[in-house]
Amino acid sequence: MPLPETDLDARLQAILRAFEGVEAPLLEILHAVQLEFGHVPEGAQRQIAEALNLSRAEVHGVVSFYHDFRTEVGGRHDLKICRAEACQSMGGEALARQAREALGIDFGETAADGSVSLGSVYCLGLCACAPAAMLDGTPVGRLDGPQLEALISETRR
Amino acid sequence: MTVTIFVPDDSGALAVGAEAVCDAIRRESATRGADVRLVRNGSRGLYWLEPMVEVEIDGRRFAYGPVTPADVAGLFDAGFPDAGSHPLSLGPTEDIPFLERQTRLTFARCGVIDPLSVADYERHGGLAGLRAAAAMNASEIVETVTASGLRGRGGAGFPTGIKWKTVLEAKGARKVIVCNADEGDSGTFADRMIMEGDPLVLIEGMAIAALATGADQGFIYIRSEYPHAIAKIRRALVAARQSRMIGPSILESGHGFDIEVRVGAGAYVCGEETSLLNSLEGKRGVVRAKPPLPAHHGFLGRPTVVNNVISLASVPVILAKGADHYRDFGMGRSRGTIPIQLAGNVRRGGLFEAAFGMTLGEIVDDIGGGTASGRPVKAVQVGGPLGAYFPRSLFDTPFDYEAFAARDGLIGHAGIVVFDDTADMLAQARFAFEFCAIESCGKCTPCRIGAVRGAETMDKIRRGEDVEANTALVADLCNTMKFGSLCALGGFTPYPVMSALRHFPNDIGRKPAAEAAE
Ligand SMILES: Cc1cc2nc3c(=O)[nH]c(=O)nc-3n(C[C@H](O)[C@H](O)[C@H](O)COP(=O)(O)O)c2cc1C
Ligand code: SF4
Ligand code: FES
Repeated sequence: MPLPETDLDARLQAILRAFEGVEAPLLEILHAVQLEFGHVPEGAQRQIAEALNLSRAEVHGVVSFYHDFRTEVGGRHDLKICRAEACQSMGGEALARQAREALGIDFGETAADGSVSLGSVYCLGLCACAPAAMLDGTPVGRLDGPQLEALISETRR
Repeated sequence: MTVTIFVPDDSGALAVGAEAVCDAIRRESATRGADVRLVRNGSRGLYWLEPMVEVEIDGRRFAYGPVTPADVAGLFDAGFPDAGSHPLSLGPTEDIPFLERQTRLTFARCGVIDPLSVADYERHGGLAGLRAAAAMNASEIVETVTASGLRGRGGAGFPTGIKWKTVLEAKGARKVIVCNADEGDSGTFADRMIMEGDPLVLIEGMAIAALATGADQGFIYIRSEYPHAIAKIRRALVAARQSRMIGPSILESGHGFDIEVRVGAGAYVCGEETSLLNSLEGKRGVVRAKPPLPAHHGFLGRPTVVNNVISLASVPVILAKGADHYRDFGMGRSRGTIPIQLAGNVRRGGLFEAAFGMTLGEIVDDIGGGTASGRPVKAVQVGGPLGAYFPRSLFDTPFDYEAFAARDGLIGHAGIVVFDDTADMLAQARFAFEFCAIESCGKCTPCRIGAVRGAETMDKIRRGEDVEANTALVADLCNTMKFGSLCALGGFTPYPVMSALRHFPNDIGRKPAAEAAE
């Protein structure tokens, strides 16, 4: 008798089924898994490997190669500050410092209350409206101190 | 009478409040009972004026900008849509000097049409290139592209026609067209603008590439940092299939070709074509040694064209108007037009499409209007994070592949990032190493280790430790990276590093910003 499927299993199997017949689907699957669970759980990696006939090491290698994928749960919000040259030329690094100090965490970390993960991004294609950031997929340009403060308080609501 | 109002939903415009402006216009016109049709166009690329709202009056477009939601009621009070006397009025859009001075071939429709309307697209000259191509045989298409002189706009400047010829002549049951939409270079947004403002021209370009090479499979690999572009392209693909631009039979030619979107995962190196192919195959984005060329052995071993968004989006106009028309623009071996992207600390930031050959000074000072801060221009970085920093003394360099190479620089994807006199060039040189260390695929030692050591050595120079010896060490590391790296990430990082040190020697002894402020 098969074991009852856990919640993770059912949702993961649905994702895997959706990609049946797609050529070379690993990256797409990982994106879908991260969208569904907020991260790529260790257990999911094992099942993805099985479904695609890959070794676990291969899947792990891919997950760890790309900056986008995380293996731990992130914050409820995702704040990315652009750290690349065009934003640097417009004072972006001062905003990066401000974000770090206001949240009390470093880039790549999640606030203790789970409200927000702070990330670096290298260019958002908003370089003519620098400095730029992205909150949960929404682009923000011509960012200044007060606006950043407002974005951060949004993540705490 | 219905008035058409255009509010861009380009992410650059959205980033500075276009959505709220659109809502305000909707509300205000409802309250006032104005008969309004709202079109969400792409951006014209005049970003310092975004959100830029346009209205169409008697077939002519008039612009207002930058508009905030708080301005909208006042605009209507002044007679909007026809509010020529309002302080935000910019007059007829096409007469704005930044736009008027351009030669828009690739970007002819961007910001003009509804990006998802095939009917609009055709009314503005779309599909003429694909129709012309469908009436030719494959080698005629390849010859036209070769004769146009088009070179890859992704950075390397390789002739597009020659790449296509290699794939056409390669043997393989299946062939593939891959569009490189990874656009990772800081200071660039031309690919994003096309994908959001005229996605059908990219699809048309890919369909022409398919006819030219015999490909039946296509991918657009878009970086994950571009969620709006991803969504727009997906919707455009649906529209393109409905109108038979792609699908089982391109324009009833009998040639089948379809396109899938694949999303990157935050790795700069995946813009390198072989790393991109590995990523498309679901692998780590490690660079592959060449040969074999992707043209012979690409996606899953199939002969594959990898082209940048702008290269592909420039093909339809070449087929529509002929190779000569395109080729007659430009200088030397740089033919046609190039969408220059003005970014960073610049007064008029945006996209300026022009024939090759303008000088860097004309572009930065005349077109860009100098810095946004109003301070003197100290340096510009041309060609992204692997491009050189140029001082004002090199502003007579014409925008041309060979002219930049002759001065130890590169055009790359044609982004120009402007810095004012507060820029710390030692910090910029250090950042180039740091970026390389963060993004290295790890395959070669000079890149993987050299970049980390380079950044450390920069810190020593900053602290004033053995400045002369450590500066020599940096030059030595750069030399090793230049000659011992498999791809341009490790191989070209020396450009920004060495140009910053060479052209700005006064910054080598500069104190860290925190100390200097004390
Ligand atoms: C580190 C690195 C990053 C690159 N990033 C991009 C990119 O984001 N987009 C792009 O089109 N080409 C990029 N390239 C260039 C590609 O390798 C390749 O030359 C290009 O996609 C070919 O298309 P084209 O001939 O149309 O320019 C990059 C190269 C390197 C070495
Ligand atoms: S130069 Fe760097 S990024 Fe390029 S292949 Fe070598 S290690 Fe990878
Ligand atoms: S450099 Fe920050 S958006 Fe491009």
